Amino acid sequence: MSATRRRVVITGIGVVAPGSMGREGFWEMITAGRTATRRITFFDPSRFRSQVAAEVDFDGRKLGLTAQEMHRNDRFVQFAMVAADEAVADSGLRLGVGGAPDAPEPERVGVTIGSAVGATTRLEDEYVQVSDAGKHWLVDPRYASRFLHQALVPSCAATEVAVRFRAQGPGTVVSTGCTSGIDAVGYGSQLIEDGDADVVLAGASDAPISPISMACFDTIRATTGNNADPEHASKPFDARRDGFVMGEGSAVMVLEELEHAQRRGAEIYCEVTGYANRCNAFHMTGLRPDGVEMSEALDQALAQGRIDGSEVGYVNAHGSGTKQNDRHETAAVKLSLGEAAYSVPMSSLKSMVGHSLGAIGSIEIAATALAVQRQVVPPTANYEVPDPECDLDYVPKTARDHKVDVAVSVGSGFGGFQSAIVLAKPDRRPA
Amino acid sequence: MTDATVINDEGTITEVAGYARDTAPEGRAITAPPRGTTRLLVTGLGVVAPTGVGVEEHWQSLLRGELAVRPIEGFDASRYGVTVAGQVRDFDPDRFVVPQLKVQTDRWSWMSLAAATLAAEDAGYIPPEQAYATSVFLAAGSGGNEFSQHEIQGLWAKGPRSVGAYQSIAWFYAASTGQVSIRDGYKGPSGVVVSEGAGGLDSIGWARRVARRGTPAVLVGGTEAGVTPYALLCQVTSGRLSTAPRPEDAYKPFDERANGHAIGEGGAILLLEEADAARARGARRVWGEVVGYGATHDAHHHEDPAPDATQYARAIRLALADAGVAPDEVGMVVADGAGVPELDALEAQAITAVFGERGVPVTAPSSWTGRLMAGGSALNVATALLAMRDGVVPATGNVDRPVAEYGLDLVRENRERDLDVVVVLARGFGGFNSALVLRRYREEEPG
Repeated sequence: MSATRRRVVITGIGVVAPGSMGREGFWEMITAGRTATRRITFFDPSRFRSQVAAEVDFDGRKLGLTAQEMHRNDRFVQFAMVAADEAVADSGLRLGVGGAPDAPEPERVGVTIGSAVGATTRLEDEYVQVSDAGKHWLVDPRYASRFLHQALVPSCAATEVAVRFRAQGPGTVVSTGCTSGIDAVGYGSQLIEDGDADVVLAGASDAPISPISMACFDTIRATTGNNADPEHASKPFDARRDGFVMGEGSAVMVLEELEHAQRRGAEIYCEVTGYANRCNAFHMTGLRPDGVEMSEALDQALAQGRIDGSEVGYVNAHGSGTKQNDRHETAAVKLSLGEAAYSVPMSSLKSMVGHSLGAIGSIEIAATALAVQRQVVPPTANYEVPDPECDLDYVPKTARDHKVDVAVSVGSGFGGFQSAIVLAKPDRRPA
Repeated sequence: MTDATVINDEGTITEVAGYARDTAPEGRAITAPPRGTTRLLVTGLGVVAPTGVGVEEHWQSLLRGELAVRPIEGFDASRYGVTVAGQVRDFDPDRFVVPQLKVQTDRWSWMSLAAATLAAEDAGYIPPEQAYATSVFLAAGSGGNEFSQHEIQGLWAKGPRSVGAYQSIAWFYAASTGQVSIRDGYKGPSGVVVSEGAGGLDSIGWARRVARRGTPAVLVGGTEAGVTPYALLCQVTSGRLSTAPRPEDAYKPFDERANGHAIGEGGAILLLEEADAARARGARRVWGEVVGYGATHDAHHHEDPAPDATQYARAIRLALADAGVAPDEVGMVVADGAGVPELDALEAQAITAVFGERGVPVTAPSSWTGRLMAGGSALNVATALLAMRDGVVPATGNVDRPVAEYGLDLVRENRERDLDVVVVLARGFGGFNSALVLRRYREEEPG
């Protein structure tokens, strides 16, 4: 019988992000402060208010997917499969390989994949066919793909990843809007802590750059109207910010029980020392400026690892670039970290890779894990004009070498969800 | 405690494979409850189902054997080849949802809001001052279908400006959870799980993790509203829906003429409370205790399905081991009952592997309502608790000639039976297997 808490570490990372290829391409891009936002190319955006997005130049065949895998799956599932492939290869685990001496039992491998909007792009594309571009309320089954059921229910993303790696442990898709990515990794950690798995493939994926998604954020003016300068359209924490830039992508982490990883001599990026989420019970899209619930989530996540706020070396922000979010989040970080908030670097990747809804939380965790491993903090691109309500150190434009023994990543989403996860160097405290 | 059982400091069983395989149905493999286990009680039920709105309405309809699967109303479904479904015909959203919220939300969320209200009323639950003490952890399957189809039709027929402000909050899978949390002021750790039909049980599995980590009350379960043109078409493409035009021919689980299933809408939301918290507030009723949960994945998908029921059976064994319950203590199994011959055969294989041939009464009450995706397994939990209360195993509908080779004791007429422990099973399209063990509430832990 084990007397100590089961600890969770990250031993593999895979990333599909705009403007880059794979984990190392992504890291190179964000530490160079390069942006991947551009005028939308997937469809003609001229009738939309917001015409900018961070698109992934994705060729699934070149990245190892078969023609049939691409045919039956929406883009968001394809992203997750490719990210999982890279993460598992990175971890050195031989999942699904019978007889390999260090291969984990398939029954001890779980999958938790987050997604805010699932296969919305495919559902829309197919809808256009079966409704003849919106002409008919009663859709025409003769034009339907036979893979529409998978599109309707996003759990197919967990299925495809489980099939790929013969993961027979618990599997699920987590769909808490824009905190899905943090929550999926948080749930994955809990599966390991609770002893229900030794390894979990945890991450998130979204591919929402489609007319319906752009239209629905247009009407509430959540997205930017800065179409004239797409490369600099996403301005988190800057006084000129006017909304987020839609993005897409995926990241998958290999979460592993610490001793399991140590036994096989795995390279460890960092430990997941805490995860918590709270609801603000306030409004589906609105945020109170005080940030109380996000702060509560952050406090709880820090407390789980017995970490004091002063130990935090990097805050990976939600930083969507909407007026209210960045103010809300700044207040939350001040509430939790107190005076230390003013000296800790805090940056938003959404300035570079846009806001990929549920996926972004996992992409941000990937970046935060790399920041802990490499002791480098990625910047906030496009940050120039300070906002008196956002008065922290947002790491403008240039990456920074910094001591990061502990980092936090926070997220906030429609529905009122507030999530926080804490990553730390595994040797920062005794086992 | 046997050698095969390892329990960590959070009270969870980490290695149970040996127990499950090596222990005969008789005898208890685990004699003491795991240390530090949080006892989780069901203190409130809210049902919005084709069988009725309200717990008793649903239960009486089941006991009367009324088939709630009927010809689809609301649109002409004839072109889809599937013409029957379980619709919630007497649902009045205005009873539960104020007008300004109603225009922002899909029928799916109306049903969730209604079921959450009914569950809280049933429990007499007055949220404590500490808003973080209550969580909403629901399952979702397909989101706000009807709302979204309207908006997307407008977009393509008329252009982006016709898309309303509420599409961004009405369609996505977290909409119902968010709205319940906001309306009722629940700020605890909340979440949404999607594992198709298994979601209702999985939300309970996750709620246990939330409770173990200190949140005393969690709303779980979920609803679904996919009997709409586009969502129906999407479900038809699974190839698992019956095309029989007569309701009694359509959804016949474990029958020789099984030919697919009917879909339905609605579901159930349950209030789970940690035992001490429930006692402290003087909970008026305990429906039962959640004592075990197990989930596995086939690691096979729909195009290349699992060849056998190994993982499904393992989910059941995990749940029993988690509960510290031996198979022969189980008085009833509520089956997933897919109504697709291959899937019925696999489920029978799983059940008989764990409980033996004809080892336990098996029922599939979704035959009366249709399969409600994420809402269905939640509704089956409510049904199981009602069965335990009244000591009646409700019958499976539409079964004329059960397949003898399945080796199941399939309950075809309501059967009186004292039920102390029941098991609810669920599967989700794409290889998800889940099992839940419920036990009649006793003040003191047995053993």
